[in-house]
Amino acid sequence: MKELVKKPVLRKGVGLVAVFIIVQLLLMTGVMNDYYFATLVTICINIILASSLNLITGFTGQLSLGHAGFMSIGAYTCAIFMMHVPPGWGVGAFLAGVLLGAVAAGVVGLLVGLPTLRLRGDYLAIATLGLSEIIRIIMVNLDITNGAAGLSGIPRFVNWIWLFVFTAGVVLLIANFINSTHGRACKAVREDEIAADTMGVNTTRYKVIAFIVGAFSAGIAGALYASYFYVIKPDLFGFLKSVDILVIVVLGGLGSLSGSILAAILLAVMSSLLQSFAEIRMVLYAVMLVAIMIFRPQGLMGSKEVSLALLKKFGKNLTFKKKRV
Amino acid sequence: MDQFMQQVINGLSLGSIYALIALGYTMVYGIINLINFAHCDIYMIGAYVGYFCLTVFKLDFVTTVLVAMAACTVLGVTIEKVAYKPLRNSSRITALITAIGVSLFLEYGMMFLVGPNVRTYPEITGLLAEKFNIGSVIVSTQQVIIVGISLLLMVLLQFIVKKTRIGKGMRAVTLDADAARLMGINVDSTISFTFVLGSAFAGIAGVLVGVYYNSINPLMGYLPGLKAFIAAVFGGIGSIPGAMIGGYTIGMVEVMVSGYANSMYKDAVVFAILILILIVRPTGLLGRNVREKV
Repeated sequence: MKELVKKPVLRKGVGLVAVFIIVQLLLMTGVMNDYYFATLVTICINIILASSLNLITGFTGQLSLGHAGFMSIGAYTCAIFMMHVPPGWGVGAFLAGVLLGAVAAGVVGLLVGLPTLRLRGDYLAIATLGLSEIIRIIMVNLDITNGAAGLSGIPRFVNWIWLFVFTAGVVLLIANFINSTHGRACKAVREDEIAADTMGVNTTRYKVIAFIVGAFSAGIAGALYASYFYVIKPDLFGFLKSVDILVIVVLGGLGSLSGSILAAILLAVMSSLLQSFAEIRMVLYAVMLVAIMIFRPQGLMGSKEVSLALLKKFGKNLTFKKKRV
Repeated sequence: MDQFMQQVINGLSLGSIYALIALGYTMVYGIINLINFAHCDIYMIGAYVGYFCLTVFKLDFVTTVLVAMAACTVLGVTIEKVAYKPLRNSSRITALITAIGVSLFLEYGMMFLVGPNVRTYPEITGLLAEKFNIGSVIVSTQQVIIVGISLLLMVLLQFIVKKTRIGKGMRAVTLDADAARLMGINVDSTISFTFVLGSAFAGIAGVLVGVYYNSINPLMGYLPGLKAFIAAVFGGIGSIPGAMIGGYTIGMVEVMVSGYANSMYKDAVVFAILILILIVRPTGLLGRNVREKV
């Protein structure tokens, strides 16, 4: 038994189940009301978005400013699908819709990634920003997406179980990807593209793979969004949304998955605290962004992950300091 | 044909404005490799300063332009000193996110100060409001002035960069900041001077847009800013004639698409051009091809 507990997989599993059960209990006892649950949904969606962008920007080093575009494709595909299938499909329509939305976003990611990932740094950022704007403009002009007014009355299937399954699924998928051969290749591309190329890493291939996995996950997040909030419209997925996601990733630390999760929770809590200062909220947000960049550009976690070893080290540092005093 | 010529005139005036903003992007990018997202908001603030000069203080047009230029210059240099200077040696992504942060700060700070609603520029009377016909094409004095001012400024800028001492310093810092410092060039003040020039141009563009389109709002900078950046990329980033060519091309394309096709798609077409040019010729029309050293 002791041997088993030491295995990281099992530890992660126990942690996940514990989180699931705690929230389920809070929901059942009514401590978590609809307002809190909506915040929880936002947090989970942001976790998915931030982890997937972190894979592209933090782990593979490709700055993307168009993540909201992939999210919108997932959201619209899922919403249109669910609104057009017969009502008898029930939850099957939702699952098929999420899958379809994710695949559609992934396919667009592939089509977009192949040509643009040849670009470097800032140029890639601007190209992805341009692409997400193009996607938004297309959504505004199509009939099936109902133009600028957007779609409303999307059936709601998202509950805690599905939310948990998809969020945990995406995070585990990305965590496992990062620790695989492919993930290491992605990190090599981030550290030095030319060196990676010389060592035989097919850089374009890994950049495109990271991009597709990221887009696929963003599609899932979009689909969940559509199926919880009833209403989607093109304006929700503009540049500001992409920046929002990027801020979570940067605040958490580029290249730290647990950092992204922490930052998603932190920002959601902060934004609901600032709800009463609606006008000045964005100003504070901007100031915070600049301040983080100047004083702590590596974000909360840097490129480290939250782990027992790190906590132990932190604890040691604390006790060490005490002794010195 | 008449309609076409009319569109050309409109495209020229729009293109001049894009070119003026693009100059600021291209100079700053050339010198510190940063997409200065805040640049488009400096242009927005220029428009607001112009608005208050014309309505509250009842200044004349020329003074208004000068005041807007001065205000934008101060703002641009302050932004550079406060937000960008501490980050000069950090990674590109850090600087880029800071620029986005400054841009959001200006947009929403302005929204907080003056309110999110659209404001109408006062009606310009006198010589500026006149219209005359060339053949059957209607040209307004405003359009002539917009095109004239921007051409004049671009010639002036080209002169500053190519013929003056500080211009030589700017070119040196663009090529290699460390080597320039060793040669006794004050890199910090050269970078500040670049921001002075870019922000002053953005200020002028802001007032001109206010007068030309009559309406301004705190988020007016976002789209023209992006398009001006596209113009800079199109012409070859870092190149002043390139920014001009890019500005006029983007302005022309936009006017033609809204004139002859669906105006809803004009922004999409501009972005599509950007992506095409990035894929086919990432250095732009007149850009230098920088070889990567290992």
